[in-house]
Amino acid sequence: MANVFTSIGEWVNERAPGMMPMYRKHMTEYYAPKNFNLWYYFGSLALLVLVNQIVTGIFLTMNYNPSAAGAFASVEYIMRDVEWGWLIRYMHSTGASLFFVVVFLHMFRGIMYGSYKKPRELVWLLGMLIFLVLMAEAFMGYVLPWGNMSFWGAKVIISLFGTIPVIGGDLVEWIMGDFLPADATLNRFFALHVVALPIVLLLLVVLHLAALHEVGSNNPDGVEIKKGPKGNRWDALKPADGIPFHPYYTVKDLVGVGFFLLIAAFIIFFAPTFGGWFLEHDNFIPANNLATPSHIKPVWYFTPFYAIVRMIPSFLGSAVWGVLAMFGAIAVLFALPWFDRGKVKSIRYRGTGFKVALGLFVLSFIALGAVGAGITAEVIPAWFGDVDVTFWENLFGRVMTAIYFGFFAFLWAYTYFGWEKTKPVPERVTTHD
Amino acid sequence: MANEVVDHGRRRFLTATTSVVGGIGIVAAAVPFIKSWEPSARAKAAGAPVTQSLAKIEAGQMLTVSWRSLPVFVLNRTKAQLATLPMVDSRLVDPKSDGVSADQQPKYAQNEARSIKPEWLVVIGICTHLGCVPDFVPEIKPEPFDPDWKGGFYCPCHKSRYDLAGRVYAGVPAPKNLPVPPYHFIDDSTIQIGVDPKEAG
Amino acid sequence: MKRYIFPVALAFALVVGSVPVQASEGGLPHAGTDVQNQASLQRGAKLFFNYCVGCHSLKYMRYERIASDLGLTEQDVMQNLNFTGAKFGETVVSHMPEADAAKWFGKAPPDLSLEVRAKGADWVYAYLNSFYLDPSRPVGWNNTVFPNASMPFPLWELQGLQTAVMTEAKPGEDAKVEKLVLSQPGKLTPAQYQQASRDLTTFLEYASEPAALQRHHYGVWVLLFLAFFTFLAAMLKKEYWKDVH
Repeated sequence: MANVFTSIGEWVNERAPGMMPMYRKHMTEYYAPKNFNLWYYFGSLALLVLVNQIVTGIFLTMNYNPSAAGAFASVEYIMRDVEWGWLIRYMHSTGASLFFVVVFLHMFRGIMYGSYKKPRELVWLLGMLIFLVLMAEAFMGYVLPWGNMSFWGAKVIISLFGTIPVIGGDLVEWIMGDFLPADATLNRFFALHVVALPIVLLLLVVLHLAALHEVGSNNPDGVEIKKGPKGNRWDALKPADGIPFHPYYTVKDLVGVGFFLLIAAFIIFFAPTFGGWFLEHDNFIPANNLATPSHIKPVWYFTPFYAIVRMIPSFLGSAVWGVLAMFGAIAVLFALPWFDRGKVKSIRYRGTGFKVALGLFVLSFIALGAVGAGITAEVIPAWFGDVDVTFWENLFGRVMTAIYFGFFAFLWAYTYFGWEKTKPVPERVTTHD
Repeated sequence: MANEVVDHGRRRFLTATTSVVGGIGIVAAAVPFIKSWEPSARAKAAGAPVTQSLAKIEAGQMLTVSWRSLPVFVLNRTKAQLATLPMVDSRLVDPKSDGVSADQQPKYAQNEARSIKPEWLVVIGICTHLGCVPDFVPEIKPEPFDPDWKGGFYCPCHKSRYDLAGRVYAGVPAPKNLPVPPYHFIDDSTIQIGVDPKEAG
Repeated sequence: MKRYIFPVALAFALVVGSVPVQASEGGLPHAGTDVQNQASLQRGAKLFFNYCVGCHSLKYMRYERIASDLGLTEQDVMQNLNFTGAKFGETVVSHMPEADAAKWFGKAPPDLSLEVRAKGADWVYAYLNSFYLDPSRPVGWNNTVFPNASMPFPLWELQGLQTAVMTEAKPGEDAKVEKLVLSQPGKLTPAQYQQASRDLTTFLEYASEPAALQRHHYGVWVLLFLAFFTFLAAMLKKEYWKDVH
């Protein structure tokens, strides 16, 4: 038996001599720092979710009908009449939300340990591109069930482009191919969601990983293991603090996958709508171009950005400022490697100012999410009684928007003027166990 | 490096166990995806048994009924037509439907007339060659494709011929007799296609 | 390894814990439905097909599916529930023509296939308990949960007739409904009616997502399997990482 495998392997090797070196470069001889912690699971988990989305997505297209007349009913057809269709659909819808959970945590890890800093700026930029495409992919996917939230979500998000001066109105009609989200809109979103954007995503993921493996992974200490001493038990010339990705991190990631699947399966089987967060109540009502749902809001992962749009008032007769601020909120993330001039990467050895600022940044992001999801609009009257809800909500949201952008301004000044008091970075990575 | 000695046996055992359990998981996860290709509840409902009244089909006439999207021929054969059946036996591949065509009909229709009641022929009108729908050519008269034609079905695609019991002629591309679907008589003038007499009780 | 137990447990607790917090909304009384309760489902189905199907469809729900999920035979369903003459494999479509319905009630009665998913079980349950006589409305009925609903109350013979006790109108503000009182008892006692409306809500909850029954059935086994796999993977990881530490 073993002989058969060996000879097949040799047969392939003779004909594709580049495969084994590639496998070695990215798996058995990719030396990753040995001190990865919990935060380092989310990269491989993001890949797992991507595969899940592609596989379940392919099977959903087999029964989905991308037409305004048939889309809603075809989703219910999948949920009821197709054998196991409900599972495939819930895996896809839950996967979409968990994709963002995992990606947000993955990005936070990068900020916390300075993974965006030299020499990994390109890794960060490619990652941000993935995030941007993922948002477009998620938005278009959200439109496909053609529920009432799909319809109005599409209408509102497309209208963002209408705020662009001069060409806005024409642009909106061009995107929709009609005067309201309609058949044409649904068809082009379907094509982009199932064909175009997944291809782009896959390409970007390959580039993201390739760029990472060129420079090597960062770690919780922010120490460059390639600059440290050489020689480990596998290779005398490789970093002493590196361990082969395979088998050590493959088996470790397998544990992460197990825990992640436990959580995902719990949601899929016992709370697939997640109390209206992952699948919203109003989206079980078919699209109706005459009645906007009373609580219109985007899905949870867009709420922080949506809140920023709402917090910026119109100015000089144009609503473009809020939209600019929203795209600015993503643009500043792209530019993070250039805002942060500090040489120390990991939060473990950075100044107190950075720790406080990062904490506030995360807080502002969550708070903006709460504003965008309409939680503050419920909580303020419940906690403070008869007050002007709009006033207090706007004040709160604007303070949080200021903190969000303030993080980047502060980080630049903090590091540019040398205010940061860093701790000494160790020569070698540290391990606790 | 507290533990320099690697326990290879334990390592192999754990690798094998995890791989097998993980493999079982992947196979189990694939089952719902494979099963999602089976006919859906809607397809099954559309393929539900069809009840057809025979009252308006006069002797010698044929009606095509759709069952599971398949054309089912319901033919009311005359005495004269039934009399032609033994005459063509020698020219057929499997006149008794007990050779290559043994599975082409339920047991209760495995007879000379291939039917429950001799005059009522119920067959699926799909040529056993490549799936075309044969034409119904009932007249007993010389035809361009057969100078000695006794009436039957003629497939326009590749010229396969069947007699008035759906039995295939020798020397044509089609290998087997036309299939008889499960059916039963609810009463003298009503049949239900898709249900065996036994299932109907 | 031990360092991870707390954060992982916390993550899991957060996921599990945040579900019920979200589930009850709008300060409505808890419906107390349980789609696993087959007897309740059967009673609810009976109510639906006796009182609701005249106007409301369940256009995504097949009779056959109802039979197999509720433990009923084809005969039970076709004789006792299916009054529209539809085939066993077909969906539940009301006989009422939409155009007529729109004329009679102002708008066509909505399909109820996804009512509970759209509004929540608590809302449907409260709605069924909140009808009161209101002569100012075209059909003579009003509802505190859904003010100015255009639906007449078909279950009144079971619940009886409720009337509203109004607050006193303040200047610049209309009188509001303070509470509802049963002015004429129906065939059922209040407790029986609450159970009946709960049964009906349960059936509608099931009709909103028939897959819920399968979800619960398979979910436990999937979780157990994954827990076992994770345990094995953790053992494997520990074994390999002896090289590193």
